Amino acid sequence: MTLEKIKEIRKEKRKELDLRINLNADTKEKHILVCRGTGCTSSKSPKIIENFRKILKEKKIDNVRVIQTGCFGLCAKGPIVIIRPEDTFYAMVTPEDCEEIINTHIIEGKKVERLLCKDVDDKLVERLDELNFYKKQKRIALKNCGIIDPENIEEYIAFDGYKALEKVLTSMSQDDVIKEVTDSGLRGRGGAGFPTGKKWMFTKMAEGDQKYVVCNADEGDPGAFMDRSILEGDPHCVIEAMMIAGYAIGANKGYIYVRAEYPIAVQRFQKAIDQAREYEILGNNIWGTDFSFDLEIRLGAGAFVCGEETALLESIEGRRGQPRLKPPFPANAGLWQKPTLINNVETYANITKIILNGAEWYSSIGTETSKGTKVFALGGNVVNIGLVEVPMGTTLREIVFDIGGGIPNGHNFKVAQTGGPSGGCIPAEHLDTPIDYESLSAIGSMMGSGGLIVMDDTKCMVNLAKFYLGFTVDESCGKCTPCRIGTKRMLEIIEKITRGAGTEEDLENLEKLAINVKNASVCGLGQTAPNPVLSTLKYFRDEYEAHIKDKRCPAGECKALTKITIDPEKCKGCGLCKKQCPVNAIVGEPRKAHKINSAICIKCRACVNNCPFKAIS
Amino acid sequence: MSDMINLTIDGKQIEVKKGTTILEAAKKASIDIPTLCFLKEINEIGACRMCLVEVEGRRGFVTSCIEKVQEGMVVKTNTKELTEARKIVLDLILSNHQRDCLTCVRNKNCELQKLAEEFGVTGVLYNGKIQSHEKDEKSVSIVRNFNKCVLCGRCVATCKKVQGIGAIDFVNRGFESCVSTVEGKSLADVNCVLCGQCIEACPVGALTEKDSTEVVWEKLRDNDTYVVVQTAPAVRVALGEEFGMEIGTNVTGKMIASLKRLGFDRVFDTNTGADFTIMEEGTEFIDRLNNGGVLPMITSCSPGWINYCEKNYPDQLEHLSSCKSPHTMFGALIKSYFAEINNLDPSKIFVVSVMPCVAKKYEITRDDMSGTGYQDVDAVITTRELARMIKQARIDFKSLEEETFDDPMGEATGAGAIFGTTGGVMEAALRTVAEVVTGDKLENLDFDDVRGKEGIKKARIELAGKEIKVAVASGLANAKKIMDEVRAGTADYQFVEIMACPGGCIMGGGQPIHSSKERAEIDIRKKRADALYSVDERSVIRKSHENPILKKIYKDFLGNPGGHRAHELLHTTFNKQDKYKLINL
Amino acid sequence: MNKSCNCGEKTSELDGILSKYEKDKSNLIQILNEVQEYYGYVPTKAQEEISKYLNIEMAEIYGVITFYSRFTLKPKGKYNIAVCLGTACFVKGSEKLLDTAKEALKIKEGETTPDGKFSLEATRCIGACGLAPVFTVNNEVYGKATPELMKKVIEEYKNKE
Repeated sequence: MTLEKIKEIRKEKRKELDLRINLNADTKEKHILVCRGTGCTSSKSPKIIENFRKILKEKKIDNVRVIQTGCFGLCAKGPIVIIRPEDTFYAMVTPEDCEEIINTHIIEGKKVERLLCKDVDDKLVERLDELNFYKKQKRIALKNCGIIDPENIEEYIAFDGYKALEKVLTSMSQDDVIKEVTDSGLRGRGGAGFPTGKKWMFTKMAEGDQKYVVCNADEGDPGAFMDRSILEGDPHCVIEAMMIAGYAIGANKGYIYVRAEYPIAVQRFQKAIDQAREYEILGNNIWGTDFSFDLEIRLGAGAFVCGEETALLESIEGRRGQPRLKPPFPANAGLWQKPTLINNVETYANITKIILNGAEWYSSIGTETSKGTKVFALGGNVVNIGLVEVPMGTTLREIVFDIGGGIPNGHNFKVAQTGGPSGGCIPAEHLDTPIDYESLSAIGSMMGSGGLIVMDDTKCMVNLAKFYLGFTVDESCGKCTPCRIGTKRMLEIIEKITRGAGTEEDLENLEKLAINVKNASVCGLGQTAPNPVLSTLKYFRDEYEAHIKDKRCPAGECKALTKITIDPEKCKGCGLCKKQCPVNAIVGEPRKAHKINSAICIKCRACVNNCPFKAIS
Repeated sequence: MSDMINLTIDGKQIEVKKGTTILEAAKKASIDIPTLCFLKEINEIGACRMCLVEVEGRRGFVTSCIEKVQEGMVVKTNTKELTEARKIVLDLILSNHQRDCLTCVRNKNCELQKLAEEFGVTGVLYNGKIQSHEKDEKSVSIVRNFNKCVLCGRCVATCKKVQGIGAIDFVNRGFESCVSTVEGKSLADVNCVLCGQCIEACPVGALTEKDSTEVVWEKLRDNDTYVVVQTAPAVRVALGEEFGMEIGTNVTGKMIASLKRLGFDRVFDTNTGADFTIMEEGTEFIDRLNNGGVLPMITSCSPGWINYCEKNYPDQLEHLSSCKSPHTMFGALIKSYFAEINNLDPSKIFVVSVMPCVAKKYEITRDDMSGTGYQDVDAVITTRELARMIKQARIDFKSLEEETFDDPMGEATGAGAIFGTTGGVMEAALRTVAEVVTGDKLENLDFDDVRGKEGIKKARIELAGKEIKVAVASGLANAKKIMDEVRAGTADYQFVEIMACPGGCIMGGGQPIHSSKERAEIDIRKKRADALYSVDERSVIRKSHENPILKKIYKDFLGNPGGHRAHELLHTTFNKQDKYKLINL
Repeated sequence: MNKSCNCGEKTSELDGILSKYEKDKSNLIQILNEVQEYYGYVPTKAQEEISKYLNIEMAEIYGVITFYSRFTLKPKGKYNIAVCLGTACFVKGSEKLLDTAKEALKIKEGETTPDGKFSLEATRCIGACGLAPVFTVNNEVYGKATPELMKKVIEEYKNKE
């Protein structure tokens, strides 16, 4: 397909899809957009699509189309349905609601009020962009997510798709491209924040007859789903960016390494590759130029460490994902020892926008050292769980409270955790820290890939460190001693502490070991594995000490240290707790205050949860 | 650009060649950086983290065994932080190690023990869960005890890269990682060929030979049994190392003396067996050459190689010479000829072979290794095991008076001696084949083209106007290259020598074990090989067919080389072996 | 469920999987993914065939299988219950879901009930963080789950064939 033909498609399709982004679009059509991201798909959005189509057919309505899209972001309110051009936002829709939406909204032209979303301030919101959740966001990487049908290349083309590639191939030299990326100030979104332009330059300068472009989509941070959402919602923007990178560094072959646990993303990305090939965008001598490029998917198979770039290369080559020692860096000796450029999904998702809008535009967003936006997967004890994209420099407080809607159930904010098992905890005192690479490192955490888990005051920090360490112990590749044995020993010490058997000496040894595991490990996994321990020790040492000295878990999470008692003042002697107790640990006469025999109690909390008088705690 | 790099290590300025690692450069500055997983050119993976150093301007520690020097580099190897890190790494390894050092076969020859001593480790701080695996004692050659494994990967790399076998690999991940065969099967049931190179690579006691000293002691103490011992050529140039002597010292005389002290009834030289091998193999080769037999003919004296061929090239077995290996030939002769002339009941003779090899322990149990109706050889002990027996008998090895092999089978040729090194069998065979084919006396007996350290050596030899092409390979990864050519029909050699161990028997899996540092700094192979070549040079008779005892035995007992009786006693058969013996397929 | 037999049909299915790939070592993980998907585990026989096809020794293949958590050496139960222990779910109490399942099925994570009906695993983030805590039974996702829901769901499947 010639470039002219692509341009034609863009022009026609853009007109047709104007209603997707224009409230006042001149059209008689309506598009019902249904989220088909993993979250909403899990809550039956495919059935919703099916029902809509069935009902429309039955009612012979032909000016309404049902479109599957990628993630809208507000996963907590899923499944989400949006009707355009009016941009009506329906939350928590069930397949049974479809009939009513068609009847009321489409036919009668009225809103289905009960499905409209309530904002955190209890205000009923009609339109997506009226939600507080969206107000402070700026969508660059997620620009097309929730707007286009990811399985339709023409929809992508309509919204400037493959226009950046066109610009690069027709009017820019390799160095021009690299300069643009460098000047934009874009840094790697995988976590470490290495300047992207520099990486491209190194790979371009490396000598080699064959070079590769690799996309790291092995999103392993538990609780992060930014990359998955991009692949599910806008796969072509990653393909286009990889092609631009290929042009810039002189590579004609690309690999994307995706977790096999992301079946929807894998299937959509494959479809996107197939379509790009069909439209002759991927292939030889693209648009009559000298540039050729093709792309293949490689599946991961459940190993967190494969997110580390050299482990990922090992895995693509078909081996155990054990990291290589650096140097040499992949830019010089990567896949099959050839110069290889590796960027993560979100990094690529910024490229096309930088090329089209210019480095100056991009670098005007963000802070001095961290440019552009960052996508976070906001989760945990926060009202608006979902995907958010904010300009660098936004504070944590803005994300958690303004966008996230604060902490539910009347609890207080305790910490936010970024960087997953490699990151650290950020306590309330640092809520006003602007999000950028340097500031987060300075307070003992890191940017990480974008997982942002909020925790309330019921969470025990020692238990949290145990959780993350348990993760790294499981995921350590086992190659180097400090990570293989050191993290295991750290976990053993923490387990001892949460059992109430810890000593002050243990704490000293733990800290010493943590520092040395950090210093001596081969790769990023081991070097950062102690971070959750070190940062909780830094901010919540008193909690560790309470476990050790007072044999007490202040948050009440560590089972071995909790003691469940009945408040004799509140107990009415109803006997319900006695019935619930699976081990008969509760004794007491009817109508008199009961007691728990703590020697028998297994702390299952069945009594706590069932006491009508809230007398047990 | 200069090929030399200037750098500073611990304040000392040094100049080294470009491409040198920091570890090697430090040697030049008289600094011995500790290592554990490092095995030069074989295992350079930087996994153990003992060799970490600091480099000015670099974030974090640097892996000195891998990282190359750079101009102006300022390296520190002994800071407080490094010492603490190394101590903790050591502590962690020890915390997951079965620490029964006193009763470990590697006691006092263990790299981990040495490091612990050097770092003044007096206790283990980070105790916790310890790995627990069942010991694999099923194979007759090799014992694996992974409770001592330190996950250095030296055995894995040796097995995979040097030998091209890949019988063992890293499995599981994280703390559960271990080195294992497929599904944790015994080495006896997988593609392992029992060469024992993994034992040589192991820094600790996780891999050892299957001990056969007990049965030998028992027979030595049994008055009813006539115990004959024979020693392979490679043993005499390595045994001294077990007693602190310099690598490559020829201790033939002391070795014989010690064997006599141990109480063996006769001490013979396997080199004589090697002379018989040459006669039989040479005859077989000439026959194949003249009568359109299968070529190339490939030597069959290395049992590791035989296992490899039977498991991986079962379709090519007809290339193998049907000859037994020297010690089994010799064992058969001891139980026949020697028994006959001495009026001994062969059932009462117990033949012990001292070998540089653990695969030989398996070889003697093979079918068709009982030419006399009795097993040719009853027990094989390695050089290491012999050393242990000598030590246990409290014999002061170094001060022993030298003695000589017993008559009537003690006299061997120089040709027999060089069997112990790669190329030696070929060279010995050529000496005999050349004279037999041409009928002329050879002027120059040294075939330099087949000597040396290269893994594959090729040569052309003129024989009576005919050009013969030969190839010599040692190390099974090299053997594979030759065999792929043979299988593809592109090998244009007529005669091929293959030894399983890189460098030949002198580097066998039963030889004294040297640390990674010694292996990096000393050319052990060359020292041992030189010692064998000098035995050859000093020999009065250097051609197998001129060995008088051999001539006598053919004349009085065997008949012609390649004849009926020779075939009965000195030849064997080879059969396909299943590469994997997996149940529930 | 047991597809490990040597009967012709299944072997030819394995050949079918293999023939889609070039004899290139880098295809090992792709092939294992398909085999795992098809059989529900990686049978020894398949390992041996892959070993021959790609010319990779079995120990190395075994090393790869045991490295990646997606690959299993034993068949899973008819109903595989996977509790997400990603951070978002953990914070919302998914450990309790796991405990409930363990108690109800009398097996630990990574195990299969003696009748082969249920297996239980703790998985990494499955990406449905908006529904945290979640667990899945085969491909069915249960979001915003409670121990009570877990009990109920297990009972339902117990009564199913």
